[in-house]
Amino acid sequence: MNRYPLWKYLLIGLLLVVAFLYTLPNFYGEVPAVQVSPLKTTQQADEALLKQAEAAVLAAGVKSDSAFIDGNSVKLRFASADEQIKAKDALQAALGDRNTVALNLLSASPQWLTSIRALPMYLGLDLRGGVHFLLQVDMKAALDKAAIRTQGDIRTELRNGKIRYSRIAREGNQVEVKFSTRDQRDAAIQALSRAYPDLNLTGRDGAEEFSIAVTLKPEAERRIQEFAVKQNIQTLRNRVNELGVAEPVIQQQGVDRVVVQLPGVQDTAKAKDILGRTATLEIRLVDEEGDVNAAAAGQIPFGDELYQSRDGYPILVKKDVVLTGDSITDASPGFDNNNRPAVHINLDGKGARIFKDVTRENVGRRMAILLIEHGQTEVITAPTIQEEIGGGRVQITGMDSPQESSDVALLLRAGALAAPMTIVEERTVGPSMGKENIAKGFNSNKWGFVAVVLFMIFYYRVFGVFSSLALAANGLFLIALLSMLQATLTLPGLAGIALTLGMAIDANVLINERVREELRNGASPQAAIHAGYERAWATILDSNLTTLIAGIALFWLGSGPVRGFAVVLCLGILTSMFSAVTVSRAMVNLTYGRKPRLSKVSI
Amino acid sequence: MIRFFDVDRVIPFMRYGKTTTTISLGTFIFAVWALWAYGLNLGVDFTGGTVMEVSYSQPAQLDQIRGSLESTGFKEVSVQNFGTSRDVLVRLPVSKSANAAQISEQVMATLRANNPDVVLKKVDFVGPQVGKELYDNGALALFVVAVGIMIYLAIRFEWRFAVSGMIANAHDVVIILGMFAFFQWEFTLTVLAGILAILGYSVNESVVVFDRIRENIRKMRKASIPDIIDASITQTFSRTIITHLSTQIVVLAMFFFGGEALHNFALALTIGIMFGIYSSVLVASPLLLMLGVKREHFLREDKPKEGVTADGAQV
Repeated sequence: MNRYPLWKYLLIGLLLVVAFLYTLPNFYGEVPAVQVSPLKTTQQADEALLKQAEAAVLAAGVKSDSAFIDGNSVKLRFASADEQIKAKDALQAALGDRNTVALNLLSASPQWLTSIRALPMYLGLDLRGGVHFLLQVDMKAALDKAAIRTQGDIRTELRNGKIRYSRIAREGNQVEVKFSTRDQRDAAIQALSRAYPDLNLTGRDGAEEFSIAVTLKPEAERRIQEFAVKQNIQTLRNRVNELGVAEPVIQQQGVDRVVVQLPGVQDTAKAKDILGRTATLEIRLVDEEGDVNAAAAGQIPFGDELYQSRDGYPILVKKDVVLTGDSITDASPGFDNNNRPAVHINLDGKGARIFKDVTRENVGRRMAILLIEHGQTEVITAPTIQEEIGGGRVQITGMDSPQESSDVALLLRAGALAAPMTIVEERTVGPSMGKENIAKGFNSNKWGFVAVVLFMIFYYRVFGVFSSLALAANGLFLIALLSMLQATLTLPGLAGIALTLGMAIDANVLINERVREELRNGASPQAAIHAGYERAWATILDSNLTTLIAGIALFWLGSGPVRGFAVVLCLGILTSMFSAVTVSRAMVNLTYGRKPRLSKVSI
Repeated sequence: MIRFFDVDRVIPFMRYGKTTTTISLGTFIFAVWALWAYGLNLGVDFTGGTVMEVSYSQPAQLDQIRGSLESTGFKEVSVQNFGTSRDVLVRLPVSKSANAAQISEQVMATLRANNPDVVLKKVDFVGPQVGKELYDNGALALFVVAVGIMIYLAIRFEWRFAVSGMIANAHDVVIILGMFAFFQWEFTLTVLAGILAILGYSVNESVVVFDRIRENIRKMRKASIPDIIDASITQTFSRTIITHLSTQIVVLAMFFFGGEALHNFALALTIGIMFGIYSSVLVASPLLLMLGVKREHFLREDKPKEGVTADGAQV
């Protein structure tokens, strides 16, 4: 009665072998590597890039152990961290202008393991070190920005339609247009509703004024918000690429949040600076007629704003925005003819056209270039327009240093955010802390396992050995599953492995106790083993299911490291049910099953 | 065969019902009082704020660190040792300013200016909104798990079992929370995860006892319900102790080797395991009796079923 058919043994053996194979990569450790990926997402890492990278590294006198294309990047492994750094510098110099060059760690497991997709477990940031940011997109600002655009659109539309209006004002995300006659107002509503179907236009009759309250339709608002998040994610991706991080994660979370994870990043200040910046560039005209001194005293002319220039002089700038950073297609640091630091900007077609018109109409006047960062506006430079500038190539001077011009260029190139973002959560784990956490989690598991095994063998003798081996198999299955699924392993996850090992033994205790009880009740050893396993099964199922309910709820509602715990808990319950019942039974059957006249079992 | 427990003699657990109920009620009231009087020492995960772990190569001068941070403008800073005398934990309350995320950078800059060999080990910054969401989600998770388990028990057994099992486990959770409040141990997300896991785990215990009660109701036709419950608890007692002991061994390993991060997690599990034994044996079962569980509740429905699972698991 205690015999498995051959196929069952083979199946268990096969599963153990597979689990062992997929657990293996975890023992090989990691080797330093450098990864080169093209900046533009449209570009693929190809053989040409691989050859260039190898050549660049060789030229620097470093030999890579292996170089290969993996996904959308070229990866090169090195024997030591020294060589890795040297190679990174060489690659940065040779390929850095079009590619992201980042330090990385690659699994040291042999090629044949990688080729069957046996990878080490994917470690969470608390184990490998790095930064986790949760960014909140300011939706109100996105809508306000849209209202500003609407304001401009209305002005243009009314002008083109030759409809006279007395005033266009904006309050938050609502725009109000005033007219002196009802006919003008009605004509405007007609023209605007034809041109902009996204707008809600409500006519209002005042005592002497007729006005339209303009808001965006709800679906348009929703579209703008969705677009704002998408655009911000794209911008973040560009900025992160500039930072040179090996395996960044940038994902939308919920309606208005973005998660950014940067494994291995140590300079969090720089990362935060670049990510958190909401730099936008605006080009506006300087109001030459306005009285700067009066404005400084508080009398700012209508339609103007007062700002400080870099040198500390007040400057009056018109509120109307000629161009925003959205029109910028490329920006690079460099020098002007007088060898002062400058940023060279390329504008897109529409931007170039507008820029050409504005410069033609305003020769001899000054134009201000404003950088808006952290809600503060600064006039970088306010050059006089010498001539019409066509072709969309603009040069901005007025930087203090080459470093600054390259920072400004980076920000401009990385694109503008559709709406400002604030960091609402940060979790930074230093690299040494990550290693410590791994060691602590590993030690908890090791000593917990050893103690449980000793106890089980002491209490249940041979059956204790079976239970312990089943427990080891459980550990093997769990790690193999985690490696295969590439689920994120966190420190609570490591604790979860230990906890599931402690809880998994419950199944074997249930079985062993049941077998003992059957023996006490006078059953023959074979019958007792059989009944013990059969009858304990339902209880094992029941008791594990309740823990599974808790695990699923945790996965659903948990975040970050807690979710890692939940994954391990759920998977551990599944593997333990298999190993505690089937694997231990196989061992029992192999040992005792063939002896028909078994008179005694060690339990 | 080593046996810790002599299971041949039935222990009259139910006779102690009054005593145990009094003890339970006492601890429960104490826990509720501690929660009310002290409140949970909620970690940064739930309150929002900034917590930084830094380490020095020499024992850290806490007063000096505190002084320099206060003079930089961090008025409500808390600076304390953490683990060793070289490790320092800096806590800052939640800030209203827009770039609260920059606080950690400013703190690090101040510390570096003081002593360049300071190393940043960890930063947790949680905005107030995120903290509130984590709190709400945690409470929701607790609720979902409790209801999920109750539904499961009601389907698998009977509503009386579901109710008494759940009260017993709610009792455990309240006691864990009460202990955390009384000793002002920090209550973090990880601790919450531990409590949820223990909720699932200690229901096992009740399930095993209930399984046996159900089985014995059928077997012991002449015995009274209290006798059946006593016999069931006695028969499963050995397994109860062994299982919890092995889980506790692992939790102890976590407590001693897991470092600060897992310290409170292991504590929550330990309290949960201890009270899990107690409550499933001495709270859930008397409650079952009080709710008026009867033989008929099981005999009726079980007649047509056959096979191992239908006749209930037995241990």
